[in-house]
Amino acid sequence: MSEIYVLRVNGEEHAVADAWSGESLLYVLRERLGFPGAKSGCEQGECGSCSVLVDGVLVCACLVLAASAVETEIVTVEGLQPAERGEMSDVQRAFVETGAVQCGFCTPGLIMAVHALLDHDPDPSDLVVREAISGNLCRCTGYGRILEAVEVATRRRSGGPGSGVGARGVSGPEVVAE
Amino acid sequence: MTVDVRAGTSVAGGIGQRAIRPDGIAKVRGEYAFSGDLWAEDMLWGQALRSPHPSARIRAIDISPALAINGVHAVLTGADIPVNRYGLEHRDQPVLADDIVRYTGEPVAVVAADHPETARRACAAIVVDYEILVPLVDPEHAIDAPPMHPDGNVFRDLIIRRGDDDARGPIAVEGTYEIGMQDQAFMGPEAGLATPTSGGGVDLVVSTQWLHNDRDQIAECLGLAPALVQLSLGGVGGAFGAREDVSLHVHACLLATRTGRPVKIVYSRAESFLGHVHRHPARIWMRHTARPDGEIVSFESRILLDGGAYRSSSYHVTANAACFAAGPYRVPNARVHAIAVRTNNPPCGAMRGFGVVQSCFAHEAQMDLLAAACEIDPVELRLRNALAPGDELLTGQRIEGTLPVAEVIRACAALPLPDPAVDDVLARPGGAGRTADAVDVRRGVGFALGFKNLMYAEGYMDGSVARCRIDAGVVTITCAAAEVGQGFVTLVQQIARTVLEVDDVIVAPADTAIGSAGSTSASRQTMMSGGAVEQACRAARAELETRATSDPDAGGTNPGLIDIVALTTDRPIDVTEEFNHRLTHPLDADGQGDAHVSFACAAHRAVVDVDPELGLVRVVHLATAQDVGRVLNPLQVTGQIEGGIAQGVGLAVMEELIVQDGHVRNASFTDYLIPTALDAPTVEATLIEEPEPGAPFGAKGVGEPPTISSTPAIVAAIRAATGAPCTRVPVRPRDLM
Repeated sequence: MSEIYVLRVNGEEHAVADAWSGESLLYVLRERLGFPGAKSGCEQGECGSCSVLVDGVLVCACLVLAASAVETEIVTVEGLQPAERGEMSDVQRAFVETGAVQCGFCTPGLIMAVHALLDHDPDPSDLVVREAISGNLCRCTGYGRILEAVEVATRRRSGGPGSGVGARGVSGPEVVAE
Repeated sequence: MTVDVRAGTSVAGGIGQRAIRPDGIAKVRGEYAFSGDLWAEDMLWGQALRSPHPSARIRAIDISPALAINGVHAVLTGADIPVNRYGLEHRDQPVLADDIVRYTGEPVAVVAADHPETARRACAAIVVDYEILVPLVDPEHAIDAPPMHPDGNVFRDLIIRRGDDDARGPIAVEGTYEIGMQDQAFMGPEAGLATPTSGGGVDLVVSTQWLHNDRDQIAECLGLAPALVQLSLGGVGGAFGAREDVSLHVHACLLATRTGRPVKIVYSRAESFLGHVHRHPARIWMRHTARPDGEIVSFESRILLDGGAYRSSSYHVTANAACFAAGPYRVPNARVHAIAVRTNNPPCGAMRGFGVVQSCFAHEAQMDLLAAACEIDPVELRLRNALAPGDELLTGQRIEGTLPVAEVIRACAALPLPDPAVDDVLARPGGAGRTADAVDVRRGVGFALGFKNLMYAEGYMDGSVARCRIDAGVVTITCAAAEVGQGFVTLVQQIARTVLEVDDVIVAPADTAIGSAGSTSASRQTMMSGGAVEQACRAARAELETRATSDPDAGGTNPGLIDIVALTTDRPIDVTEEFNHRLTHPLDADGQGDAHVSFACAAHRAVVDVDPELGLVRVVHLATAQDVGRVLNPLQVTGQIEGGIAQGVGLAVMEELIVQDGHVRNASFTDYLIPTALDAPTVEATLIEEPEPGAPFGAKGVGEPPTISSTPAIVAAIRAATGAPCTRVPVRPRDLM
């Protein structure tokens, strides 16, 4: 067991006590601090389901020792959106509206990857988008709707034509999160 | 991908609309509770110890070193299981091997501990004394080898005989084809949380495809009445067939009842690869003969499927491989022999396409050979032989519903080809890391066609139950159908909105408190559970209209004016309905019979870029036309088509579980590769809408056809680009040399 250490997650400090020092950041976020948004899909940095930002850099939380992430700013999917129930970031909204979500297991990691991409490159080409999300495996969608979601989010950020809700004919009822 | 569909209903979010998933917001916010996200006060972690040998006799197990570890609460072996047998269709598999282990990864003990790492250490401390046996790993040898299980080595030996055994055409083509072992590789590993209940029972929240079947198997193994075992669906991170079989279910429930505490089990990725069934590897021989104009005269095939150590669904996979072995073509004379055998390889069972994927790869390679031999365009050859309603299958069954085979061929072939290769290194075969020279890259185009049955077959009495409750105007639908990502929950809302003309519909959680909805497999939930939901909503609607008629203030007989709130306040409407499809029948000794409910077909045209020197392939574009009956939700149909094609891409060029001497060599996402966004082709789809009689709103299941003929289309394109025969999938670099 290690000494108490402190992780700063989504702007708030959390003390981690009585933890085995071999625990990954992913385990501590999920099992000790109550942030289950990052998912455990492979535990070897291949699937990207556990993607979080550490000091603004997209990392696989399964490959980071939790104790080594002290004195960093950690952002998880829970920290992206306004806290109000049902609210979404622009990327999250685009994912829902374009059908980019099926089983949803890869979704939080992909949302993190797309935020990281668009925050650095506001107008990426199709191949750049594919490269940027190629560390995030999705088994349900074949990526088509995800690429569409990135396109919609990109267009809306630039405020260009078709940036309003319902772009590309996507329409449907307002739904309430369960 | 672009989709051309006609408008459905006018109800917002109703049938035919691009309705959005009700769980979408929770999923993007990271709030959706997958079964691996569950947590309970005083929860323990379960972990299985698995056999490192494909074949061995257990002489003794010493659990005392594990029990001595601080934090370990229980260590159980086969002797602790009241009834140590389970199985999806046939109970031939021990929950924990207690005598013989028959595959690498078979569970032999389970541990509950206060930390997952403690549980892993405890498993490592268990001492198992194995007498190592020689594994039976060659499926051909397994047929006649001494039985490695009391139930024998042959899961099924099926012959289909049609027409004249001696009929032959002047043109003959023949080939032998191999299909590697594909894994479903869903993203969310197996997980569940079992909690003991006060009456000696247990509650299990788990990711699965079929709650009720799991419940029955768990109850049997624990020696409990089914009513004492309650199952609820945890959030499911994809399925694709791999969650049809019980995995950690009995382990978690037994540890929970033994320790009196909640027990959570979450598989690692390696354990997931070892802990669920895979797609059957197959070796398939086929010979077609035809007239010079390309009309098929005869078809012969022998299909050998390696079912691995336990039966799972091998019996019905064999039937599917055989019944659809010739593809959607008129074949007057046929003889098919399909065998599935038991070996010491990993157990195989259901995966999207269920036996037809294997056959389709072979018959489509044959159709291209036949086209070449007859000097006919491959698309034209397929059109000349295309099945149509009124024709008979190999099994003699007449096609009664819709099956627009010629239409999907024509529509797919008519889609525009993609632009020539862009000169970007990321777009070349191999991508950024293994750069092919642009001058070496060759482009090829291939075409393939496939069809498959929808729903269970061979006389299975299938049904699904749904409940519609309207209380003070609030509509709640309950159905135990497993939402695994496909979007059934969206469909529930769309159906209820359309039938009841309401905006808001609550989809209740799926559990075993209601009757079975059957499995989320065989492309059946849209018809079966969609049908049950529709039926329940129509019954509720009828009751609303009856009430309105006797209450002129509440709307009379004009449905648009019915005051649903007034009519159901203080007297809720609550109806439960079961949907059944028409009866089917077993196959007879000649493999003849009316065994299947319904069919769906699709055509795929693939464009690939290949660097033959480096053996690298990039799948550039997939055009498809698919028979969907009727589009209920264009967003979700699109998602099924693109996702299914990606899995077809995987089987074509990268996905194979490598099994050597009974050992899986690549049980990780580092070594078992599935397509990334850079590997996935652009998809262009046309949907053929011919409503299916007897199906709700005329819709067919759409999940499987995209996975079936995409693989052979891609391999045909690779052959066109390289001239290599490519008789095996996945195509490896050395196959292109």
